Amino acid sequence: MPPTLPLEDKPPASPVPAGDAVVFRNVVLGFEDKPLLDGVSFRLERGETKAIFGVAGTGKSTMLKLVLGLIKPDTGEIYALGDNVTRMSEEELFGLRRKIGMVFQESALFDSLTVRENVAFRLMEEGDVSEEEIDRRVRESLRFVELEHTVDMFPAELSGGMRRRVAIARAIITQPEVLLYDSPTGGLDPVTSTTIVELIVKQRDVYKTSSLLVTHRLQDAFTMATHYFDKNSNKMRPLPPQSRAQVPFTFLILREGKVIFDGDAHELKRSTDPYIKEYIS
Amino acid sequence: MAAGDLLEGVELISPAEWAKGKVKSVQDYSLLCVQALANIFRRPFYMADTMYQADLIGFGSLPIVLAACFFTGAALALNSATTLGRFGALTVIGQLVSIGIVRELGPVLAGLVVAGRNASGMASELGSMIVTEQIDAMRALGTDPTKKLVTPRVISTVLMLFFLTILGDFLGLIGGSFVASVILGLDAREYWSNAWQTLVFSDVFMGLAKPLVFGFIIATIGCYYGLSTKGGTQGVGRSTTEAVVAAMILIIAVDVFVTRFLMVVLGS
Repeated sequence: MPPTLPLEDKPPASPVPAGDAVVFRNVVLGFEDKPLLDGVSFRLERGETKAIFGVAGTGKSTMLKLVLGLIKPDTGEIYALGDNVTRMSEEELFGLRRKIGMVFQESALFDSLTVRENVAFRLMEEGDVSEEEIDRRVRESLRFVELEHTVDMFPAELSGGMRRRVAIARAIITQPEVLLYDSPTGGLDPVTSTTIVELIVKQRDVYKTSSLLVTHRLQDAFTMATHYFDKNSNKMRPLPPQSRAQVPFTFLILREGKVIFDGDAHELKRSTDPYIKEYIS
Repeated sequence: MAAGDLLEGVELISPAEWAKGKVKSVQDYSLLCVQALANIFRRPFYMADTMYQADLIGFGSLPIVLAACFFTGAALALNSATTLGRFGALTVIGQLVSIGIVRELGPVLAGLVVAGRNASGMASELGSMIVTEQIDAMRALGTDPTKKLVTPRVISTVLMLFFLTILGDFLGLIGGSFVASVILGLDAREYWSNAWQTLVFSDVFMGLAKPLVFGFIIATIGCYYGLSTKGGTQGVGRSTTEAVVAAMILIIAVDVFVTRFLMVVLGS
């Protein structure tokens, strides 16, 4: 009997209302009179992880910043957790951003703060969380990324892979409903990359978090599409081919500012588009 | 060599684009100033950050402000002595140093020293945070960078420059007293008596109103250039330099207008 995705009986950490997690509708954005995104539309369903691919400079990281309202599109609409990001003021966006976690490309840890203060940043800003509760949740998040021993260290004392894992711990501490990963495995060695991929799969399968993942590494995305997280052994395990359709993992490929593919691993492999065939070869 | 060769690689900007860019900079700076002020009355209040910045700006700048004011007071006394001696009015040197330091030199010197030390520090710190995406991370974590980073710096610079100016004025008078008594052989008690009695409310008010304006300029300019940094580490260096230059020029230029405005208001 093929293994089913684990922890189906476990409720999500926060209530998940119906509807899509993220929606892009005909989004256009240009920089210095050059189009970067040209009519981008897609949907990210609740609980789904979508990997975004494209050559450098196609606006992948920009799409994540658009979801958070860190930059605004020229035209088009973006919805995150039901809210129209494009029409919200900066003050309103701060409330929405508390429900979305982001792991930045270079981690973007606050270098003057310790790992504990970095991970606890969101809780400390909320102001109404006790020190004991903060300490407990920081340790829980750091345990998730297996870096509990770094709690009193500064980011400069950590390796690139450890910084990336601390950034993940910081993003998940409030159990956000959507996670945005910007090249989480970029520039890391294969062993550390696998650790990060395992953490993303763990977050997807244990907490059912919706995620957008920007990456250049197809092999990482295929690993996520073909594996599940086994809570009993605390390890990522491969799924047999007949169970892979259950994995809520899709691919989105950008080319010259347009979406040229949006579908699952099976559809990607069957694509006849010469560019896509070359891209995945 | 052809003119075209000389201009190769040089990006030419039309005057209209250049003017639009400048107007936008003024608009962005004005918005930042308004936000920084409005945040004083909006939650959350970052008391710990404000105290930390006050220590960094106030206590950190204390030695150089005191030294600058002491030596300026001494130099002012020395230079004035030559002219006053010609008219046999050497005894009024205390009045001259007192008025010069309290009304003008104390606030401007303290402002320039703090601008050199702290506008650059703010621009480079916030600029580094921009290029390493820490500001974006802060916004992504639901925190307003103008509340967390700009407003505490504005409050602490305004407050600390006010107190630094008071101490700087005092050290300037001590510098003048040192020259008057040790080099010119005047009676120290007479110097202090003259210096004290010549000061009226408008002098002290003018001397203490200026650091409030200068402190606001230093912090907002430092933060503005830091937050508008572009272009990696080279951009951080450029922002730092521009912040110091802009803050110093603004202090000197605004000083003229504030002085004239207060003279009209106070009738002095």
